[in-house]
Amino acid sequence: MNETQLLLTLGVIALGTMLTRFLPFLLFPAGRPVPKVIGYLGKVLHPAVFGMLVVFCLRNVSVIAYPYGLPELCGIAVVVAAHLVFRRTLLSIAAGTACYMLLLQFVF
Amino acid sequence: MKNKKDSLRRAFCAAFPHTLPILTGFLFLGATYGIYMNTAGFPFYYPMLTSLLVFAGSMEFLAVGLLLGAFDPLSAFLLALVIGARHIFYGISMLDTYRGLGRKKIYLIFGLCDETFSLARTVAPPADVDRGLFYLCITLLNQSYWVLGASLGGIFGSFIPFHTEGLDFCMTALFVVIFLEQLRGEKQHTVSLLGLLLSLGCLLLFGADGFLIPAMLVIALVLLLLRRPLSKGGDDA
Repeated sequence: MNETQLLLTLGVIALGTMLTRFLPFLLFPAGRPVPKVIGYLGKVLHPAVFGMLVVFCLRNVSVIAYPYGLPELCGIAVVVAAHLVFRRTLLSIAAGTACYMLLLQFVF
Repeated sequence: MKNKKDSLRRAFCAAFPHTLPILTGFLFLGATYGIYMNTAGFPFYYPMLTSLLVFAGSMEFLAVGLLLGAFDPLSAFLLALVIGARHIFYGISMLDTYRGLGRKKIYLIFGLCDETFSLARTVAPPADVDRGLFYLCITLLNQSYWVLGASLGGIFGSFIPFHTEGLDFCMTALFVVIFLEQLRGEKQHTVSLLGLLLSLGCLLLFGADGFLIPAMLVIALVLLLLRRPLSKGGDDA
């Protein structure tokens, strides 16, 4: 992409994001009731999306070719273990990422 | 004039302590994002601009991949809608809180990211503090931490003394942590696991490049079909 295309892509991402933020305030001004189905989707879509994003991050990992997704598996295991023990978000992220980087650079 | 300045000072003093946990988080994650952008080959003004204009962490991390790929504004727009869908519901729960705040409201809505939402939902301004200014300070402080972190990361990313291969894993780690926190906070895990499994199914079916949009549609459809059992079993949906 050239610079114009890059900035245009950023622009539509900003537009899409802001649309989701402004929509409820535009659609449901003072006192207009929010449809039940929208309220329901709001509650359940959020937890479902983060499962999807985990899969999205790992979409290019191949479990049938070397290194069989092992660096990712170890990295995630460290994140989960660190988070279960310390429950400090930043620590969990840092530990998992460091483990993954070390594995990728020195082992696999 | 003096009065106005005074109420701004009081709102700032009331808001600032609440934003401290976010200060560390946003500086750290923002810097990681800036460094990630830097190692992907973008000059520092890209993470700076993105954190100013998009101000949605997950989406900004995802955007790096999009910017490295082929020009495809429609997919980028759809992805932003899908990832941002949760904001619709943040907005719905903030309708009353942000009512009647005039022009400030525009920025408050603009800056309603996950962290600002959870903060604005849980803390209330003290009685002697202007409501609008209080929320304005919270939103503005949070965004400035993020922009600062992202810009610093973008500027100093090239001076990092170690090899950065694999740094992109921080995005995976971030989503895994959010997912874990979610599992911890919910009574039943049906929805979280559905999101994970349905996406996995779509990945196998549609492949890495095209699975995201079908996954989102399938998830929304299945959740709508399961509306009755899910509303009954869980806490009041």
